[in-house]
Amino acid sequence: MPSDHLTRRSLLQGSAAIAAAAPALVPTGAAAARPTAKEGTGMIPVELTVNGREVHLQLDPRTTLLDALREHLHLTGTKKGCDQGQCGACTVIVEGRRINSCLTLAVMHDGDKVTTIEGLGTPEKLHPMQRAFISHDGYQCGYCTPGQICSAVAVLDEIAAGIPSHVTPDLDKVSLSNSELRERMSGNICRCAAYPNIIAAMNDVAGETKA
Amino acid sequence: MKFDTPATTNPIDKGRVVGVAHDRIDGPAKVTGSAPYAYERHDAAPNAAYGWIVGSAIAKGTIAALDLRAAEAAPGVLGIVTHANAGKLGKGNYNTAPLLGGPAIMHYDQALALVIADTLENARAAAKLVRIDYAPQDGKFDLAAEQGNAVKPPDGGFGGAADSAVGDFDGAFAKAAVRIDQRYTTPDHSHAMLEPHATTAAWNGDKLTLWTANQMIAWSVGEVAKTLGIPKANIRLVAPYIGGGFGAKLWLRADALLAALGARQIGRPVKVAIARNQIPNNTTHRPATIQRIRIGADKNGVIDAIGHEVWSGDLPGGGTETAAMQTRLLYGGAHRMTAHRLATLDLPEGNAMRAPGEAVGLLALEVAMDELAEACGVDPVELRIRNDVQYDPEAGTQRPYSSRKLVECLRAGADRFGWAKRNPKPGKVRDGRWLVGMGVASAFRNNLVGKSGARIGVDGAGKVIVETDMTDIGTGSYTIIGQTAAEMLGVSLDDVIVRLGDSRFPASAGSGGQWGANSSTAGVYAAAMALRAKLAEKAGYPIDQAQFDDGLVKLGNQSQTLAALAGREGLWAEDSIEFGDLDKRYVQATFGAHFCEVGVDIDTAEVRIRRMGGAFAAGRILNPKSARSQVIGAMTMGAGSALMEALEVDTRFGLFINHDMAEYAVPVHADIPEQDVLFIDELDDKSSPMKAKGVGELGICGAGAAVANAIYNATGLRLRDYPLTIDKLLRAQTA
Amino acid sequence: MKPFTYSRATSVADAAKTAASTQGARFIAGGTNLLDLMKLQIETPTHLIDVNHLGLDRIEPTPEGGLRIGALVRNTDLAADKVVRRDYSVLSRALLAGASGQLRNKATTAGNLLQRTRCPYFYDTNMPCNKRKPGSGCGAIGGISRSLAILGVSDACIAQHPSDMAVAMRLLDAQVDTVGADGVARAIPIADFHSLPGDTPHVETALKSGEIITSVTLPKPIGGTHVYRKVRDRASYAFALVSVAAVFGKDGGGRFAFGGIGAKPWRTPSADAAASSGAKAVAEAALSGARTTHHSDFKKTLVERTLASLYRQKEARP
Ligand SMILES: Cc1cc2nc3c(=O)[nH]c(=O)nc-3n(C[C@H](O)[C@H](O)[C@H](O)COP(=O)(O)OP(=O)(O)OC[C@H]3O[C@@H](n4cnc5c(N)ncnc54)[C@H](O)[C@@H]3O)c2cc1C
Ligand code: SF4
Ligand code: FES
Ligand code: FES
Repeated sequence: MPSDHLTRRSLLQGSAAIAAAAPALVPTGAAAARPTAKEGTGMIPVELTVNGREVHLQLDPRTTLLDALREHLHLTGTKKGCDQGQCGACTVIVEGRRINSCLTLAVMHDGDKVTTIEGLGTPEKLHPMQRAFISHDGYQCGYCTPGQICSAVAVLDEIAAGIPSHVTPDLDKVSLSNSELRERMSGNICRCAAYPNIIAAMNDVAGETKA
Repeated sequence: MKFDTPATTNPIDKGRVVGVAHDRIDGPAKVTGSAPYAYERHDAAPNAAYGWIVGSAIAKGTIAALDLRAAEAAPGVLGIVTHANAGKLGKGNYNTAPLLGGPAIMHYDQALALVIADTLENARAAAKLVRIDYAPQDGKFDLAAEQGNAVKPPDGGFGGAADSAVGDFDGAFAKAAVRIDQRYTTPDHSHAMLEPHATTAAWNGDKLTLWTANQMIAWSVGEVAKTLGIPKANIRLVAPYIGGGFGAKLWLRADALLAALGARQIGRPVKVAIARNQIPNNTTHRPATIQRIRIGADKNGVIDAIGHEVWSGDLPGGGTETAAMQTRLLYGGAHRMTAHRLATLDLPEGNAMRAPGEAVGLLALEVAMDELAEACGVDPVELRIRNDVQYDPEAGTQRPYSSRKLVECLRAGADRFGWAKRNPKPGKVRDGRWLVGMGVASAFRNNLVGKSGARIGVDGAGKVIVETDMTDIGTGSYTIIGQTAAEMLGVSLDDVIVRLGDSRFPASAGSGGQWGANSSTAGVYAAAMALRAKLAEKAGYPIDQAQFDDGLVKLGNQSQTLAALAGREGLWAEDSIEFGDLDKRYVQATFGAHFCEVGVDIDTAEVRIRRMGGAFAAGRILNPKSARSQVIGAMTMGAGSALMEALEVDTRFGLFINHDMAEYAVPVHADIPEQDVLFIDELDDKSSPMKAKGVGELGICGAGAAVANAIYNATGLRLRDYPLTIDKLLRAQTA
Repeated sequence: MKPFTYSRATSVADAAKTAASTQGARFIAGGTNLLDLMKLQIETPTHLIDVNHLGLDRIEPTPEGGLRIGALVRNTDLAADKVVRRDYSVLSRALLAGASGQLRNKATTAGNLLQRTRCPYFYDTNMPCNKRKPGSGCGAIGGISRSLAILGVSDACIAQHPSDMAVAMRLLDAQVDTVGADGVARAIPIADFHSLPGDTPHVETALKSGEIITSVTLPKPIGGTHVYRKVRDRASYAFALVSVAAVFGKDGGGRFAFGGIGAKPWRTPSADAAASSGAKAVAEAALSGARTTHHSDFKKTLVERTLASLYRQKEARP
């Protein structure tokens, strides 16, 4: 497997004697090798459950999950701000976790459940977080907003699940605070900088769910 | 409607809808992701092909050879646009470098080709196969090195004259009891709006439609016409939603031009987004400055002489960063000078970014004022109050301010922030591992106005519809325009439909220079006045006695519904607001006072903002909710300019090397704590019938200086080269 | 992105075999580094082997009392793991200081170790870069180098290793468990895992072609007070200018590893030896041989200051 940053030059003299731990060589069976290219076309069938709806796509393996949503499924609520994992506009919730959909391939998610902003609510039937963003003016141009909202929803779940963050004083005592929310939301850049309003919206929703 | 005498009482003064906090009416579309942005028009251009821009790999020179064979042969490629096949192109009035380069290359990442393919993946991959051989030339990339070669730029443009002088600055400065003479630098800044420049283009015969991220629809129709050499009438621009702009999208840029050229070449719609890592070098940025400020004052801090010189650079034919402009107006002093000098640089083109001039001018001036306060032993808030002036200090008392509430802002802001608790001695307040300090700075931003038109109608159901090409770039235009219409016609905001950002609608002032809100709502006011007259006439009521309330036109105890008066076919009126010389006879500006508390780590010199607050006077605040968001957003951008934002120039290769959002840092959630905003009551009757002024840029003006002054108060370290990063603080500490 | 084919591996053996038999093949885990670089064609694999479904996502105790962390354990899960929080909290802290919540949900243990530098010249394919294109020169030397390394650098390359997690792994004397293309397993001490640039900056690790990381094993817990301090201008979602991982023992001893300053996650025995003499002494030892540019010179001061901050933090604790 020649690659451009690994060469065959042996650097291992010092390490050859280390005893190897037993690696997991067993197949898990958890995943079949399902996605394989259709002969000749280079296209790969991908099946996703997006916002509860099963979709079947034939995709160039280069297609990111973000582009699959935006360009193939026309779910343009998920935004592309950078395509490099640097802004968070593309945040969606996959199998219950928020991720940057620009830095993952659609084929890697064959069989996965994806929730996008469109799956959280509609103008007629808003998700509580969407409603809170409106009432706290947690946005301006609206471009980072779907990503912020997907993140915000997931962040409250992460806190509830006891997942610590960089600012958690005691790793075993995770609780909700403004500084927790700010740190956890920092992967979602808002150049319009509605930051305090977003935090207010999240507190609002967190309070509601608690009550 | 001509606005050339101060406004008197008018329907807006009712304040039933205007001036009341409202949720944005575009909110549901934005929070559900259903608002369509320029690259997302599957509805309008379902079969759009994908364009990918190939940028220049060198900063200056020419294309020696262009080999498209490999790219053309790549899978899915439908066409390639280059200078060689684009046909003759003009250059827009607002572009410095051609948007499609070649054979001459004027800056790094200048677009040299557009590769179009059936999919994004194919276009991006094929773009890498375009082979360009370059004949590079030496360029000038270092502002400091070129400072001595900078020249006086031609007067005019947005800024006015390059220089100004009143009295005997040199003499007065030399004699002053207290003198400040310092040099400050600000780096190049990137707008970094979240939505990249993007356009979907489609031709229908010789008619072109561009769904495009653009702040200035009417300007840009003209720019497209000029660049493509086609009549304006054949061009339609559509921009209902724009993912931020901050000045980056004032202009026609390469995405729009190349999408149009690409679509023409392949006979099919084409969409183009400028890749994030191309944006800093391909598009515009706020130019770096070197500034020298000299202030001479008496022992009490009262200014007698004030001088501000600014050096910036741009491509040949470009413009200055007008960073000394506010110094002509902000503080008193009998002896004054300002000067702007422009160096030729071969970096990407500089242009307007949020509050051009003031945003970086105040980063210097308001630190200089802090230095003066310290030198005189006067409280920095008090110092600014002492130097308040109620007229244009260059023109004298015959040119008063239309309204100037700087002092009120300083007092009220200081009060709310708890300024009295500040220890004037730097480096004295400790909280755990943090040294804590507070800083203040004045906010000042000119109030600009521009002709703005609108069309307004009532339909048979009594719904009010407003159409104007005004854009909402996050500024809240939809809502304030809706509020204006609702107020004028006596309906609720729910009964107003606002349509924006389409060149088929009457031309507005557009979104820029914080003129948009005031001018565009004044345009709606004008159109609504015309519609009121039509409605009253139809009702048979004298217009000067008709009342518009509850969806009714009333006269005494008679009334008729708008719906009935409009009839099945509806009733429409169109007008625009045109401004006379009130902005010449009076200085019109917006004011504020920024306060900031920072913590600086005693060991590592990390700076963290603990609180920000401010008081602002900007005429009538049309929607306090979205206005507050504009201000806090701008404060945050100001904080970014103080603490982290800088395009790093590689002076050997002539580019901004940190050209993505990981390397060009803008503030994130964790950087921004509570932000408190107070609006001071103010109605400016000389600004417009709305008695409003702009507010979208005011918040950035001075915000960064308040941060810098807080750092000084915390640490005793006075840094004058922005941004004030850890490396600079440590060097200052160990120097 | 250049076209590539894609397959999901079903077992480690299968993955290694495919890697060995397929020219230009590459493993993909979270994809958060590889895909970024592939879009820019800094990486151009012709085949991707998806290793996400190998069952390598478990964290298990080892018979020696340590912890085996599957190569595919997500950064979020590793940081949140109960045992890691309790016994190796410096690792939790390092992970949580890195990237963003979304990225950590995807990023894996192996991928994090193998993430490539954030040197801006490496990222711009028009610029010279010996790491990206051997022999083309180094854009960063004589250019913009504030964020780059000062230790372990060479005349060919001054790139920093950007990982936070790897710094804690280095501190904890982790070992990287692999299976080669030939199916043979081996363990590489973390100290030997990353290579220094020398005159071959494109060679970044001890991995051989087709070799897959299966897990990272931590020795048994060393107790003490664990701290990780990351210094950066932006409060979050930014790489370290300097980071220090430390474990302080009750006896006044301690060990230290450094991020942001090294061509690889940095650790020197002499710095550990100086632990009882305080921040200045540790910094001096750690920085021996440092080579700075006029942009990165501040990092020497910053290392000392960050250590001082850590000592303060330690003292503040019961
Ligand atoms: C904007 C941004 C900010 C970031 N900030 C930080 C930060 O502050 N601190 C920090 O530490 N990191 C940061 N990161 C980097 C992030 O941590 C890495 O991208 C991530 O850890 C890589 O893991 P991955 O699983 O996604 O790797 P991948 O991208 O999947 O793979 C990376 C490399 O590892 C190889 N590989 C993967 N798995 C295996 C295996 N099992 N065996 C052999 N080879 C394998 C791949 O072939 C590839 O070469 C940031 C990233 C981004 C985009
Ligand atoms: S420092 Fe290394 S990665 Fe950066 S340009 Fe030089 S060789 Fe390339
Ligand atoms: S678009 Fe994915 S992080 Fe910016
Ligand atoms: S609302 Fe514009 S970037 Fe967040």
